[in-house]
Amino acid sequence: MGFIDRFLRTRKFSRGIHPEDHKRPAADALVRKMPLPERLYVPLLQHVGAPAHAAVAVGDTVQKGQRIAAPQGAISAAIHAPTSGRIVAIGDIVAPHPSGLPVAAITIDSDGRDEWTTLTACADPFALEPAEIGRRVSAAGVVGLGGAAFPSAVKLSGGRDANVDLLIINGGECEPFLSCDDRLMRDRAEEAVDGIAIMLHAAGAREARIGIEDNKPEAIAAMRAAAAGHPKIRVEPVPTRYPMGSEKHLVLALTGLEVPAQGRPADVGVVVHNVATAVAVRDAVRFGRPLVSRLVTVNGACVREPGNVEVLIGTLADEVLEFCGGLRADRGAPARLLMGGPMTGMQVPSLRVPVIKGTGGILVLDADEVGLRTPGPCIRCSTCVRACPVGLLPLEIARRIRAGDLDAAVKFGLKDCIACGCCAYDCPSHIPLVQYFHHAKGELAARDRNKLRNEATKTLAQARAERLERETREKAETAARRKAGPDPQPAPAPRPAGAAAPPAGESA
Amino acid sequence: MSTLPPASPHAHGGASIARTMRHVQLALLPATLFGFWLFGWPAVHLFVITVGACVLTELVCQRLMRVESSLGDGSAVLTGWLLALSLPPWAPAWIGALGGFIAIAIGKQLFGGLGQNLFNPAMVARVALLVSFPVVMTQWVAPLPMTADGAPGFGEGLQITLASPPAPDAIASASLLGHAKTELSRGVDVLHAIGAATDPLFSWVGSRAGSLGETGAIFLLAGGLYLLATGVIRWHIPLAVLAGLAIPAAIGHALDPAHYLPASAHLLSGAAILGAFFISTDYVTSPNTAFGQLVFGFGIGLLTWIIRSWGGYPEGMAFAVLLLNALTPVIDRYCRPRILGRTYRGAPIDAAAQRGVK
Amino acid sequence: MLFAVVSLTLLGAALGVMLGLASRFFAVEANPVVTELEAMMPGSNCGQCGFPGCAGAAAAIAAGTASPACCPPGGRALAETIAARLGIAVDLAGLRDEGPKVAGIREDICIGCTRCIKVCPTDAILGGPKQIHNVLRDACTGCGSCIERCPTEAMAMQPLPVTLQQWVWPKPAACA
Ligand code: SF4
Ligand code: SF4
Ligand code: SF4
Ligand code: SF4
Repeated sequence: MGFIDRFLRTRKFSRGIHPEDHKRPAADALVRKMPLPERLYVPLLQHVGAPAHAAVAVGDTVQKGQRIAAPQGAISAAIHAPTSGRIVAIGDIVAPHPSGLPVAAITIDSDGRDEWTTLTACADPFALEPAEIGRRVSAAGVVGLGGAAFPSAVKLSGGRDANVDLLIINGGECEPFLSCDDRLMRDRAEEAVDGIAIMLHAAGAREARIGIEDNKPEAIAAMRAAAAGHPKIRVEPVPTRYPMGSEKHLVLALTGLEVPAQGRPADVGVVVHNVATAVAVRDAVRFGRPLVSRLVTVNGACVREPGNVEVLIGTLADEVLEFCGGLRADRGAPARLLMGGPMTGMQVPSLRVPVIKGTGGILVLDADEVGLRTPGPCIRCSTCVRACPVGLLPLEIARRIRAGDLDAAVKFGLKDCIACGCCAYDCPSHIPLVQYFHHAKGELAARDRNKLRNEATKTLAQARAERLERETREKAETAARRKAGPDPQPAPAPRPAGAAAPPAGESA
Repeated sequence: MSTLPPASPHAHGGASIARTMRHVQLALLPATLFGFWLFGWPAVHLFVITVGACVLTELVCQRLMRVESSLGDGSAVLTGWLLALSLPPWAPAWIGALGGFIAIAIGKQLFGGLGQNLFNPAMVARVALLVSFPVVMTQWVAPLPMTADGAPGFGEGLQITLASPPAPDAIASASLLGHAKTELSRGVDVLHAIGAATDPLFSWVGSRAGSLGETGAIFLLAGGLYLLATGVIRWHIPLAVLAGLAIPAAIGHALDPAHYLPASAHLLSGAAILGAFFISTDYVTSPNTAFGQLVFGFGIGLLTWIIRSWGGYPEGMAFAVLLLNALTPVIDRYCRPRILGRTYRGAPIDAAAQRGVK
Repeated sequence: MLFAVVSLTLLGAALGVMLGLASRFFAVEANPVVTELEAMMPGSNCGQCGFPGCAGAAAAIAAGTASPACCPPGGRALAETIAARLGIAVDLAGLRDEGPKVAGIREDICIGCTRCIKVCPTDAILGGPKQIHNVLRDACTGCGSCIERCPTEAMAMQPLPVTLQQWVWPKPAACA
């Protein structure tokens, strides 16, 4: 069917949508730096993978940049104190997550001095072994800052193992409302390019391409100027089309290569990092500075002074909003409080949740911007099919999920869905398609967990059966021995205290 | 929406069913008004009754089933509208009322309402009427413009619609396709039978016998192009329908002009344009993928030509649409888009091969 | 008209016969299903379903004499999985499922009688005579067998708290 492929859908990124971008004027405002908050709440789980393990105790004093939680397991990230001060609590706080569930966090009272701990700088990162760069990036707790928050060091060293030859830097920032990457590229292009050069060295790739959507001409110009002296780093404008910032779609747009389903870009020799991550890597390697702050876009019709703010990790979202002038009274009650962009971001239960490493935006949208209405029936208009950048049939998947047939939904490609939201954005019936997909993916994961649990139970039940059998046998043997020769010892010796096993026979 | 927490996306493009339906109705308006003028007041009355019957049936069905009324989305109105366009303009009122009832109650609500129906409701009604009342449904009147002498006035028109029409002799006529078919069966070849009727201007403006929607091809075409321009429909189905009709027609006519009408006659007569742009493009009953839509459209065109040329009815569009509607699930099953990173068969694509290519 | 009626009737009859034959020829052997179902069940043989162990329940469900929802530890998730495997609809209305539960012991009431230990199918309870007992959350399948054994009512089932990683988006409310 290759000819149909060529005829109807070229091997280019041709679907997706063009949402209204709402990026200006926030993108044009200069970056402001937030004053030091009095108290910071630093969650232990800010990344993909296992939560970090607290390495400090309540009452400890910490310096800015001191490690306060250590990574656990292969995929995890360290966490550092965003400022100097005293640990006042280690316990649950409300997570920046729609469920409103608790997450473990370290609470720090700032001492107002904001003093850095001693950092190990490095004058020439290019003299370092690539593995050493990976170690430093890992020690600095750098994660992907585009939103997915995957530990960067894992990706960097993984890239070396997979023989990656192209490093793609994601400056797509296709989410409406967000402009933190745009701002970063405009203001800190030199640093970003330096970071890219370091990553290039660490990943062992031949060249780097920086993909930037063509609705950011200033960023393109700035990055081009900064990259002028680097023959291996090229800036490539890409068409403005959501979801250009999706890893697989950016790879497709820049190289024409398709990342295999269930695979990673490394399978086709590419590794993708966000542009903000490049700056974080530079800070980590050149100055030994861990990731303790980030740029956050504060935007939405309800915000009085939208713009980009440099925020310490752990700052409460409502303090950031307060810094941006608070909410506008004339817009009525906000329709949505979001962390992240409107297409994939999450509604948070309240604004008393902290900014974490993956938070690119704090948005307070009014009803017009959200534009949601009561969902109607699916009219099979296939608008969603046209919108889906992955080539799925969202209406069919949602129909199967509605009927509770998750297996059929998987057959229709549920697992390939990237939850980009294009389908639901365009659906004339306002069907919450993405929520169906979230729900089904969650149920599938729960099923898998259940299966594991069942297997564990079975092993335990079997172990018990074996134990009972063994004990019966032993008892029988003892009895036989006793019968054979009279033994002066008093029968059964008392069981050692604390043993789990009950005396056999009674339960048999 | 109060179901918390709302999932992403927290933005919407603004499309809605009601807006889509409004676009379609707007696109139909010029052709409908032209039809009204051409066939006079009886046509207007029939139109009102048919649309009214659809709306009423929808209302009653939804009340009976205790679901929230969805009249606001305008889909019932559109169904009635399309049905009215496919009826003989001077048909009696009960035809319109019965048709409206069949379309909504049987064609739509019985399947579970909007989005669930397998068949195009308007075509279900039309075919049901045609099969049950072949005489009434094929009594075409010659155009008698509203402004012309002797055209029935409002009251007179009401009489024609409500009571049975006056002695047909004076005004009865046959649509072009019907005429060709009858003459052919009498041994007159089509060239002579259709005579001046194929005059291009005549066809384009369509001032001849037929249903409301069979006339005024140019207005319908304009409406169709409007729908394409506003993105309500895509080009795949209309183009494929017209191609499916024109290609065999052209071949047939080239081989045997005495038996087969030329492609232009096929395209400009009957419900070809209406069917291609407005009826086959019905969202609910057409396939979901571009390739599927091409197959679907071509199938409709081809079947229409076959029925028109060899079948028992002069006009086959409605039958063709229904047949292909029935095939839509099959088409959808086999025409699936390719998933990014997978082959058409659904296996992950070969990464190594791509690396080699690069 | 007559022709249509006759041909449709014939078609219907022919299809019916074919379906009947197909169901006979392609009938699934019973045994593999039972094994498969058994693999899905919790496997703790707690007996709460009223059958002597999970194998018995699996056989009964496969035979159609028991509902897929008969296993309390398996809960709604298991019922749905089984129903999907068997291609049957299952009435989940009677199944109250507040999510997974585990047993918990109130330390101030426990007298260390060890009765609960003896019934636990997965050895999930730790303790010795005259000692306060404890439930290993990871090992408890939530079968509830231990609860009524406790002479001091020190044991109760407690819902397993949902964590951030396990939280599942609710299914959107059904629309027309
Ligand atoms: S866009 Fe919405 S209404 Fe249209 S087919 Fe998809 S789910 Fe159905
Ligand atoms: S189905 Fe998934 S990948 Fe496709 S548009 Fe919808 S959310 Fe995006
Ligand atoms: S601890 Fe109690 S509820 Fe849990 S598995 Fe053992 S007997 Fe069943
Ligand atoms: S049955 Fe109750 S009292 Fe006895 S050991 Fe168990 S928990 Fe303690």
